[in-house]
Amino acid sequence: MADTIFALSSGAPPAAIGVIRISGPAAGEALVQLAGKLPQVRRASFLHLRDPAGDTLDRALALWLPGPGTATGEDTVELHCHGGRAVIGALEAALAAIPQLRRAAPGEFTRRAFANGRIDLAEAEGLVDLLSAETELQRRSALAMAGGAFSRTVDSWRERLLTFSASVEAVLDFDDEDDVSALPADFAAGLTALCCEIRAWLSRPRAEMLKEGFRVVLAGPPNAGKSTLFNALVESEAAITAPIAGTTRDVLTRPVALDGVPFLFVDTAGLHEGSADAIEAIGIERARGELDHADLVLWLGEEGMGPQGTWEIEAQADRHDRAAKQSPDFRVSARTGEGLLALRTALVAKAREGMPRPGEAALNARQHQLLSVAAERVGEAAEHADPLLAAEALRQARVACDGLLGRTTTEDMLDALFGQFCIGK
Amino acid sequence: MSTFDIVVIGGGHAGVEAAAVAARMRARVALVSFDLTAIGAMSCNPAIGGLGKGHLVREVDAFDGVIARAADAAAIHYRMLNRSKGSAVQGPRIQADRTLFKDAVQRLLLDQGDLTQIEGEAAALNLVGGRVTGVRLGDGAHLSAPAVVLCTGTFLGGRLFRGEEIMEGGRIAEASARKLAAQLREASLPMSRLKTGTPPRLDGRTIDWARLDEQPSDSDLWFMSAMGKARINPQVFCAITRTNARSHDVIRESLHRSPLFSGAIGARGPRYCPSIEDKIHRFADRDSHQIFLEPEGLDSPLVYPNGISTSLPAEVQLAMLRTMEGLETVEMVVPGYAVEYDHIDPRALRPSLELRDIPGLYCAGQINGTTGYEEAAAQGLVAGMHAAAAAMGCEAAPLDRANSYMAVMIDDLTLHGVSEPYRMLTARAEYRLRLRANNATTRLTPLAIAAGCIGPERTAWFTQREERRARLDAQLDREVTGAELANAGLPVRRDGGRLALREWLRFNEVDLKAIEPWLSVDANDDSELAAEMAEDAAYAPYLARQESELRDLRASEALPLGDDFPYGAISGLSGEMVERLTSARPATLAAAGRVPGVTPAALAALLVHARRLAA
Repeated sequence: MADTIFALSSGAPPAAIGVIRISGPAAGEALVQLAGKLPQVRRASFLHLRDPAGDTLDRALALWLPGPGTATGEDTVELHCHGGRAVIGALEAALAAIPQLRRAAPGEFTRRAFANGRIDLAEAEGLVDLLSAETELQRRSALAMAGGAFSRTVDSWRERLLTFSASVEAVLDFDDEDDVSALPADFAAGLTALCCEIRAWLSRPRAEMLKEGFRVVLAGPPNAGKSTLFNALVESEAAITAPIAGTTRDVLTRPVALDGVPFLFVDTAGLHEGSADAIEAIGIERARGELDHADLVLWLGEEGMGPQGTWEIEAQADRHDRAAKQSPDFRVSARTGEGLLALRTALVAKAREGMPRPGEAALNARQHQLLSVAAERVGEAAEHADPLLAAEALRQARVACDGLLGRTTTEDMLDALFGQFCIGK
Repeated sequence: MSTFDIVVIGGGHAGVEAAAVAARMRARVALVSFDLTAIGAMSCNPAIGGLGKGHLVREVDAFDGVIARAADAAAIHYRMLNRSKGSAVQGPRIQADRTLFKDAVQRLLLDQGDLTQIEGEAAALNLVGGRVTGVRLGDGAHLSAPAVVLCTGTFLGGRLFRGEEIMEGGRIAEASARKLAAQLREASLPMSRLKTGTPPRLDGRTIDWARLDEQPSDSDLWFMSAMGKARINPQVFCAITRTNARSHDVIRESLHRSPLFSGAIGARGPRYCPSIEDKIHRFADRDSHQIFLEPEGLDSPLVYPNGISTSLPAEVQLAMLRTMEGLETVEMVVPGYAVEYDHIDPRALRPSLELRDIPGLYCAGQINGTTGYEEAAAQGLVAGMHAAAAAMGCEAAPLDRANSYMAVMIDDLTLHGVSEPYRMLTARAEYRLRLRANNATTRLTPLAIAAGCIGPERTAWFTQREERRARLDAQLDREVTGAELANAGLPVRRDGGRLALREWLRFNEVDLKAIEPWLSVDANDDSELAAEMAEDAAYAPYLARQESELRDLRASEALPLGDDFPYGAISGLSGEMVERLTSARPATLAAAGRVPGVTPAALAALLVHARRLAA
């Protein structure tokens, strides 16, 4: 572990303060590069942090904690800086520019603590549980997962895969003997059925939805009333509204729970071509990016011009100077409150469909990824004419199942375990 | 007293390769055998290679070993098994004339280096402070050496069974090394018993060949050794007959007289080539089993009926044979028999095949619980190489599951132990797409050269081959458009774009022959090399998928645990885990992950402890 890692260890900005942790042999040197000197050991010091050009990045509290008596067992630096997005972004950029430093992978600080004997496996696993499960819905889903329903399913798939593998291996390894016949007649059909079963699990709502919330993006041309509707939905004056096109230049997000269902509302810059303003152009670019990640888009623009599957919103329904949509899904006025309740109710209903049901095991991104590989390989195995390649596809499907069950190489398993932490933990 | 670097005991396939590779590595080697004229004898089936086994032969050959060259020198029938399937599971197999094979082995042994053949019985090991210092022979002579390789096959405590008869000895008419066996037992090594069998030998002149289906030798030229050049001997055909309801009746009536069923033999036999009485007992629903009639030699009338190994009484064997088509009047020259023998629990071995508890003592072949010449030869090579490397102070070639079947076998043996005679199967190699019989040279010869295992002749040949390879490689990089290929009559899309030739080879419709117009004459010069490279190209997408798996494997292979790893002292390891790990003593963290039943949590605890020790 020669490299030195860093990450924002506190919550997402903006916040009052942001804590950036640096761990590894070059941690001290990184602090010298930023602050010009190493402060006293294990004492909070107020330092002036500068980039290589000498421009001030922030004035911050810094802690210099030489290893091995640290959380990770390595030399560690903590920077308690101002929690603004820009300040943290600039500090992270300055750290990333130092050659020996790189951004930490998820769970990497804990992994180092574990590898260096600062915590044992049980503690590490306890930490995972502690860090997840913030709401009742999450807790019940986690319980279902921990209860082993999913593991039993994967185990049964694995057993079936082994049977399929055994049929192929018999053909491959006993060709010259008459005691083993060709592949069973229902080989391909059986694999196709298994593939369908796995895909059914894959189409279930994902666990992340519980953590991150149902992502609703408000989009449309400038000055369509997106920010006004956004404020109404999140019930605060989070976004600046003004009757001037281009008021919202960046992406603004707000987590809200409606009827106990977690939402993430996203306000975006108005979409239009040919903005001369460089900053607004970046905002528009980001807005387009948000459309790709949305679980649902509320479209406030010209009818039929939004992305597929959007809800057509007739905003500013109280204004009669606007051209009305032919058949909007919702007519709302943030100002009068008209239609807002109907929209909220519909949003909650829609989001519930996309959420794991209470008590149902939900896959996280890692599990989803492994299971996708398994499904894909099983599908391939059904189609390969060459039994050798079918056998290889089945082996990889088994490896994917092993990964799901933790029966796998150590490195994989540790990645799986520690990948569940937020970055910086 | 004579002094050597290495003493090899046993002149079977393991002993031959062990002695030969050590001699090629410039060690002073003594090869001790009961009977020097029996060195290289094929004790059972007169065939070399097969599925999985053919891979091992090619790998030993890639280390400049003896077995493949002797096989080509003695081959009277070539057959590529699984020809209809992907090349990674094709199995080159030959039938050998026993005498020609033995002669070729003995001839090849003469030019391996400083190798002295000594006739006699290895009576005892000399041990000083628990370390091997040499061997005492039956006549009282001492051979001094810091390393001894035991390749004693079934000679160790072997007993023969045929019906109600029981005889001492490994092969028929040869003495069994009981004294040595007793000494090894005293050393309280973990030992157990296995059984293997052999079929009766038939007099070919009494077989009605005309009534049977013939199986000719392959007409296309291929060889067991990468350096093979020609079919030296006349090629003979084999024939196929089958057991039938009457044969099965004969066997069933006498099952109680088979030592396998009477309880005389307690040891486990192989699932993979069971005796005919086992087959009939276990696959009771099958009314017929195929029997290959394989000639044992050009000048010999003996025929080996493959698929009918048995330990029934001699008169039952004959009655059973005569129920089969073509064998109605057959004469049996030697009846079949079963052998029960001692083997060492291979979990007592390091991956170098050295016994953990007796430094300097290496074991290879059947003594480790395997079956087959090829498995024996490969272990002999590995044991001999490690023994020589230790004696000469150099490094053995690094073998792992991703580069060789040899390593797959040794890893399986040393981590899992055996519950039946271990036979190589392609299914055992998880990375078999890259471990093809036809790319053994490319995979292993560079490693073998670095370890000093290769003689000058093959080194020169390999250097030239690498040059041809580089030229061919460059040609496969040549980019060709879909339109060009389509114009030449190939079924590819005209708008398929411009791709390197090696990428076109990934399409089922495009093979080496199809792209010949774009290659220079090189491809024809060495069609095997070209075919290997074309397969590499075709398999490339599947190999690429394995990369992350291999990275993980090699990362955890790089973390050594060592013999003295204190499993008992690690907090968080259950008693069961400690027991499993202590009996297998995995050499690395990756190996620990392959010990049956070891859990991820246990591995994590090992990882932490190993890193702490390393720090």
